[in-house]
Amino acid sequence: MTATEVMTTTIETGTNRQELTTPTIGANILRPDAVDKTEGRFAFSSDLWAESMLWGKILRSPHPHARIVSIDTTKALNMPGVKAVLTWDDIPGNHFFGLEKKDQPVFAHDVVRYVGEPIAAVAATHPEIARQAAEAIEVSYDPLPAFLDPEEIAPADPTVDSTRRSRRDSEQDIFRHISIRHGNLDVQGEVQVEGSYEVGMQDQAFMGPESGLAIPASDGGVDLYISTQWLHVDRDQIAACLALPPELVRLHLAGVGGAFGAREDITLQIHLCLLALSSGQPVKIVFNRQESFLGHVHRHPARMWYRHHALKDGTLVKVEARIILDGGAYASSSPAVIANAACFAAGPYRVPSAAIDGFAVRTNNPPCGAMRGFGAVQACFGYETQMDKLASALDMDPIELRLKNALRTGDTFVTGQVLQGSIPVAEVIKEAASAPLPPHLLDNPLAMPGGAGRCSDTTKLRRGIGFAVGFKNLLYSEGFDDYSTAKCRLDGDTITVICAAVEVGQGFITLAHQIARDVFDTDKIVFSAGDTNEVGSAGSTSASRQTWMSGGAVQAACNRLRDRLLTMAAEELEVSPHQLYIKNGRIVSSGTSVEIPFEALSVNGPIEEFVEYHHEPTYLLDDNGQGDAHVSFAFAAHKAIVDVDPELGLVRVTHISTAQDVGKVLNPIQLIGQIEGGTMQGVGLATMEELIVENGVVKNPSFTDYLIPTALDAPDIYIASLIEQPEPGAPFGAKGVGEPPAISSVPAVVSAIRQATGAPLTRVPVRPQDIVFSADNKRPTADGVLK
Amino acid sequence: MVATLDINLKVNGRDYPLKDVWIGESLLYVLRERLGLSGSKNACEQGECGSCSVLLDDTLVCSCLVLAADAEGVEVTTVEGIEGTDMPSQTETATPSSRPVGDDLLAAPGSVPHRHDALHSSYQNPVDTERIEGELLQATPPDMHPVKRAFAAAGAVQCGFCTPGLVMAVTDLLRHNPHPSELDAREAISGNLCRCTGYGRIFAAIRLAEELVQQSPNLRAPSRRAQ
Ligand code: FES
Ligand code: FES
Repeated sequence: MTATEVMTTTIETGTNRQELTTPTIGANILRPDAVDKTEGRFAFSSDLWAESMLWGKILRSPHPHARIVSIDTTKALNMPGVKAVLTWDDIPGNHFFGLEKKDQPVFAHDVVRYVGEPIAAVAATHPEIARQAAEAIEVSYDPLPAFLDPEEIAPADPTVDSTRRSRRDSEQDIFRHISIRHGNLDVQGEVQVEGSYEVGMQDQAFMGPESGLAIPASDGGVDLYISTQWLHVDRDQIAACLALPPELVRLHLAGVGGAFGAREDITLQIHLCLLALSSGQPVKIVFNRQESFLGHVHRHPARMWYRHHALKDGTLVKVEARIILDGGAYASSSPAVIANAACFAAGPYRVPSAAIDGFAVRTNNPPCGAMRGFGAVQACFGYETQMDKLASALDMDPIELRLKNALRTGDTFVTGQVLQGSIPVAEVIKEAASAPLPPHLLDNPLAMPGGAGRCSDTTKLRRGIGFAVGFKNLLYSEGFDDYSTAKCRLDGDTITVICAAVEVGQGFITLAHQIARDVFDTDKIVFSAGDTNEVGSAGSTSASRQTWMSGGAVQAACNRLRDRLLTMAAEELEVSPHQLYIKNGRIVSSGTSVEIPFEALSVNGPIEEFVEYHHEPTYLLDDNGQGDAHVSFAFAAHKAIVDVDPELGLVRVTHISTAQDVGKVLNPIQLIGQIEGGTMQGVGLATMEELIVENGVVKNPSFTDYLIPTALDAPDIYIASLIEQPEPGAPFGAKGVGEPPAISSVPAVVSAIRQATGAPLTRVPVRPQDIVFSADNKRPTADGVLK
Repeated sequence: MVATLDINLKVNGRDYPLKDVWIGESLLYVLRERLGLSGSKNACEQGECGSCSVLLDDTLVCSCLVLAADAEGVEVTTVEGIEGTDMPSQTETATPSSRPVGDDLLAAPGSVPHRHDALHSSYQNPVDTERIEGELLQATPPDMHPVKRAFAAAGAVQCGFCTPGLVMAVTDLLRHNPHPSELDAREAISGNLCRCTGYGRIFAAIRLAEELVQQSPNLRAPSRRAQ
């Protein structure tokens, strides 16, 4: 059923919001899990425990590319307390899994393709025994040459094309090449600016480590309690590898300690189930932080080349771009990420002609996949840096240049799609740009670059202001039907909503309560994610889609149940259902004093309604990258203020103002939480966050060395404006809000540092050496001497 | 295969005699896996995130860095033990908390302008967060500890994995410094990583907690610094 159909099945009654005792959409209600989480009572996936539970441990590859000569598990198997040691040969079903291509082995077999690839798994009575047993597995390797430079396969800068093209098998090594050809490709701009840009490998770095508990069931199946982003897609991949029918693999959502994309791929799920089934005992695995950094996919590092063409008055006429994403060893969601990066490569601007090539390539680096912003983040750093460069080439105000070219409803996008719905690009630009500026520098060393190190010299500090705008698609694209399912049940006087939409912290459960309260005007609401047998798929908690898709499904299921209750009551009262409405958990007849409490309607047992909710269809991009591939877009703009110590290369982001296109505000405090949290991840990418990979080895897999912003690094974030232009077709008119804050925050911060220092800064994160050594282009040699 | 010993722990006022504990078990592991006190979290197990914070007597520590056997003979207070409307006991002889930054930076709250004050005249938040915090406070159980109430009501909880550790850190902060300046507060929680919130709502929770503690007469702990 499409959104439109759902709307028309609803019985029109006299109900309006003012009549409800507890109007909730647009208001704030306490998060249903806030008290338990604060008290320490909420069970995250790492908190689980079962009688006679074993501990699992995974052995990982130390090589980026090597042939496995032999694996000897004898010593490990003979250790007291060890109950299972499993390798490739112990996988009963599919040996491979993957979100888009099933190309990733559950355990490496003849070769390992990245550092951290699982080779074997152990279950033992104590975590320390499991660790020692995993270490006791003897693997001998024959190292192979590793492919570590994505530009060996597809160079980012076309001018070096012929010299660097490798002989590797392009079919095998390119996950996807997307080519967008739009408009008049011969057109040349009166003014042209060109640049090459690079984005480092960012990690989602959620706080709750990968973990779960698998319990073998008497029916030969398994119950898995797991933190994930999409229960049903995990279930299908696991069942195939276990050679079990999906109904025997029951996934239950355990508490999720953040996700940000990293839980979209399978990590330990299959290993856990294999260990439980093989040992016949419950098995728990909790990754330590190093394993977490090695065990999940990361944001794709990007190399980008751009050439913008404009008229002298600033009108964009053409954008050429080439984007290379390093997908690492396995496909994960690389084909979809590169589609996003390519589609959004020209920015939220009217660009009549475009030639854009995007490649996601296979290397022996750690696999990359989904992270908040999903391809849009990398592209935004490229096009917004170009827009600043163009503004300075034109000697034009950068805000004015952006406003002049800002997309509007009815414009044609570079994919040929005519933009429908709300496209408030100019609005977010104007609102964020006109946010007030903070008056002065703070004179406390803690608030300066270098922070507690107290190394900044106040007299040398320079302040810079930067601006950027960005955007992203909402929901899945290119023909993917990411429907959601919801059940709504009346039992006694309680409304139970069941929807497998995963709560990762974003607050979907709050929204589900708000929706159900709004329909039934009662606070006797229970929300459950169910298990995979109890309710159908809700799709992934990603792509800023759950508010729209699962919010839509929950609303439709609630409306259906409400209609059914009204119809039942109407029969009983012998009136038309149109005369009835719901107030305060009862059905009330307008104009009379007759009331029927909910429990009177469910005396003969629970009443349940079910809805599968689909969005409007989208279409694959054709060979020229043309097609109506996206459902909807959301926009945000950021203005950043930084203080920089140019001698030490230290940066502190002090303030960020932002305006965001939200469609409609559904829960103000949760919305602020998404904007502030997402913006901070952008600040992290701009200034500190990078997994450093050398020869395929992650050099900093810990919070000691992979830095994320702390409370002392955090800038003050000001919401300059929330643009409420209801999106047609979206439930409540609301747009997803999770991703846009993480997109334009990155180039805004870098632009501010550039303004403060004059350094070109073509790479994120900006490192001290990028600032210190930029002006005269000095580079330190290996022995530390500048030349 | 692994060496063990027996230890006796006192956690949240209760005695726990434990048998056959592997000598390498951290206090965090024992709390979570042997005592079922899983409120202390395990985001890094290497002293970098603060999610495992507990009090050893009056000192805030990362329980992942303390061997369980080393916690014999001291009072352990976990997030589960921060309850009611009471602050954990604070004795005059207790060791002062070990702050890495000199007192000169933290003294004289108010000498440093609050960042929000600096912008206050020109900045208008489109969302009236203070009114909302007040409303949400009404929805929290009144017998909840004020610091916990403040976190729930301020919208400072998203995934919540960092929350118990932050509750410990903020409880400790307010015992020592009932009126922290904004930088005091930032510094006090700078060892607690949060990936979801961007800290904005956490700063709001600290302001709210400060007020709630002041409003509960039996909670007002004298500032050691002021003494
Ligand atoms: S788990 Fe102890 S500091 Fe992170
Ligand atoms: S880490 Fe998720 S709320 Fe702080």
